[in-house]
Amino acid sequence: MPEVLKGISLNVAAGETVGLVGESGSGKTTIGRAVLGLAKPTGGSIKFEGEDITHLPSGERRRLAKDVQVVFQDPYTSLNPALQVADTLSEPLIAQGIRGADARKRVLELLDRVGLPTDSAQRYPREFSGGQRQRVAIARALALRPKLIVCDEPVSALDLTTQARVLDLFIELQRETGVAYLFITHDLSVVRHISHRVAVMFRGEIVESGPTGKVTTAPDHDYTRRLLLAAPTADPDRQAERRAERRKLLATTGASGAAVNLD
Amino acid sequence: MSVYDPSDTTTPAAVEGGAETRRAGAFLRLLRKPMGLGSLLVLAVVVVLGLLEPVLRTHSPNFTSLDFINAPPGTPGWPLGADQYGRDIWARALSSINVSVISALIGASVAILIGTVFGLIAGYRGQRTDAATSWVFNLLMTFPALVLVIVLTPLTGGAYQITMAIFGFFLAPGIYRLVRNLVVGVRNELYVDAARVSGLSNRRIISRHVFYVVRGPIIISAAFMASAAISVQAGLAFLGLGSTQVPSFGVMTNDAFLNIYGQPVQLVWPSVFLALLNGALVLLGNAYRDVLAGPQAGRKRRRTRRLVGEAVPMAAPGAQSSAVSAATPDRGEGGLLTVRNLRVAYPSTDGSEREVVRGLDLEVNPGEIVGLVGESGSGKTQTAFSILGLLPKEARVSADELRVAGDSLLDGNGAAQRNLRGGVVSYVPQEPMSNLDPSYTIGSQLMEGLKRTMPRKEAKAAILALLERVGIPDPPRTFKAYPHQISGGMAQRVLIAGAVVSRPKLLIADEPTTALDVTVQAEILDLLRELQRELGMGVLLVTHNFGVVADLCDRVVVMRNGELVEEGAVRDIFHAPSQTYTKELIAAILDEETTRSDAPASPMGSGVS
Repeated sequence: MPEVLKGISLNVAAGETVGLVGESGSGKTTIGRAVLGLAKPTGGSIKFEGEDITHLPSGERRRLAKDVQVVFQDPYTSLNPALQVADTLSEPLIAQGIRGADARKRVLELLDRVGLPTDSAQRYPREFSGGQRQRVAIARALALRPKLIVCDEPVSALDLTTQARVLDLFIELQRETGVAYLFITHDLSVVRHISHRVAVMFRGEIVESGPTGKVTTAPDHDYTRRLLLAAPTADPDRQAERRAERRKLLATTGASGAAVNLD
Repeated sequence: MSVYDPSDTTTPAAVEGGAETRRAGAFLRLLRKPMGLGSLLVLAVVVVLGLLEPVLRTHSPNFTSLDFINAPPGTPGWPLGADQYGRDIWARALSSINVSVISALIGASVAILIGTVFGLIAGYRGQRTDAATSWVFNLLMTFPALVLVIVLTPLTGGAYQITMAIFGFFLAPGIYRLVRNLVVGVRNELYVDAARVSGLSNRRIISRHVFYVVRGPIIISAAFMASAAISVQAGLAFLGLGSTQVPSFGVMTNDAFLNIYGQPVQLVWPSVFLALLNGALVLLGNAYRDVLAGPQAGRKRRRTRRLVGEAVPMAAPGAQSSAVSAATPDRGEGGLLTVRNLRVAYPSTDGSEREVVRGLDLEVNPGEIVGLVGESGSGKTQTAFSILGLLPKEARVSADELRVAGDSLLDGNGAAQRNLRGGVVSYVPQEPMSNLDPSYTIGSQLMEGLKRTMPRKEAKAAILALLERVGIPDPPRTFKAYPHQISGGMAQRVLIAGAVVSRPKLLIADEPTTALDVTVQAEILDLLRELQRELGMGVLLVTHNFGVVADLCDRVVVMRNGELVEEGAVRDIFHAPSQTYTKELIAAILDEETTRSDAPASPMGSGVS
């Protein structure tokens, strides 16, 4: 198995959002899956509240479910099309032994919290729009009042207006519950909006990390600079300036990363 | 397709099908199918006949009466007559039904039990477990089951129940492979990952998420396996293997076969019952498969046709296209692309039509880049596809005017339109990889269009020059490469090369950078801008990304729900939008100046490190 990640170090403090930015193949999703226990790192360690969770046996890993949760990118495949929303939401509750009336009450509470009407409980995923499905996925992640949610591109499949609303929901929930987010995305504007700190990944390594304001306005690393200048801004005149600036940067540093991928 | 929904949190749209559970739905739909209902009825009648054997028979199946040897059907007390030993054929047939049903139950359940259990385990665990069990089952599959069953007859003592259990064991690999492959597919679904993160045990995940998917196919194969077991049991008994004291259709056929010249009608009875049982089982399996596949199969077919089919636009009834164009000289007579009152509709299941583009006007001038923006479901891609003639067959396209470089796309046959589109209009798709054929080299795919017009050598030189022009580092190598050997960004460059090879006047690009990384996107946008200037093309750029619009476009057309909301020069749209919806869209763009500045939420525990 080829090594995808090379000696990554990353900290998420309670109640904060750490944005993990990078392009496809940079290894950012693998980090998220390693934290979730869905991928096994070949070396190094992942600690949660001081406890090493890198190689937990599956029974103990399940215990961790109430602390570490996930919201995936694709709201279409992350919900089982055959299960009603109530069944999907009660899944984590069942795993923790919460059943019957308690579980039903919690499901309605969760739906209310993510801004879905209570009659959504008896509906199937296909009856919801992408944004609404993502709200269901967020409700599932919140069900056990976790301390950390790994968010893997949770808004990149959504329309622009929906995206802004779902991001606001994320922030609001964080303020209410004190949950921490490891927010994986390729979109710098999303990262700016939601992260307290940012880590930039390039080819399996973190090339730069720091407070969001610092990294996105005065980056130290060339790759971060290239990434920032490559993202088009929604203003024709400013975009023309940015384009010129990017050309200048590429002329001085050379456009690495554009090589063909034969073999 | 979701529709723009300003609140996003409103009550979800009720979808046909409602809240009925799918399991009950599948069985009811099976009953509604003539084939399903018919085969179920036949099966039920035959099985009930067998169950009522003690009531219905007038003699024991092995009772012989020398007075009634070869009695014809209809003899009082011997409804189907008697065989050459004077045994009651009716009683023997009833008894044989039970033997067949028990054979089917034993054979199918052994196969399904073993196949499903191991298939679920192997598929879900994967890796070494999968490799080991698959090896064993593949080995099992190579055994000649029938021969083995015959060889083992001395050991089984001829008891058909044991024979069927062994046969079921050899049927198991079929079920195993079916279940394993389905489970491997489900295992990688995100909802299974989510269930794992939710803390569900493997056993729960299998029973909740995985078993649901394999249930239908298992029921279908069960019907076929039951039929196979019945045939094999009958076949073995016909060959004389097993106890002759147990009446079965095989034994009956054998008896009748020896008597075929004397009483050929005796052969009919066991054959009819066997045919009814097997036919009903196989048809039931088919009907159930149709029921399960029903709606999905239809949807899939529609999707594949999307790029193959060709819906020819028709002039809207009552509109004289020439008169309209003459009446609107102010809208740029020399327009490269003119679309007037374009409508695209799809028939829906209840017979009505659903319009996805409702009377759109659109204009692209030579050398101009026009951005067509909107959210999902706004009809922007439908608009582009109707110009390209790429809509599925069932789409109903109409327009008062649809003109490219002066030629109308409304009249003329498919071939003439194809020529027009091929030479004047080009297309750059969203997913570069799925638009290259994986089994041909890049070079041969690019040469396709040129081979007809110039000699091979010249065409190759032209393609190589073009590949160099679109920024591919080693053109000869890429020319010989297969699509899987290049990256997504390179594939998009290849497609752009393919699009401009005919020096089109109009390039239609549908979200050309959405699937690409942001640094690659910037390079592709640069390339599109350069090529547009060099060739003086008009470009219609379909996108939802306002950054891309700001980077490339001269003019913007905003769409929503199939209608034009606003149209204007790019700076006007961004700085002074006049419509509420456009303002809403622009406001939803996450602005670049403000970064999140509030302190992390109050800790309710410590985090990870």
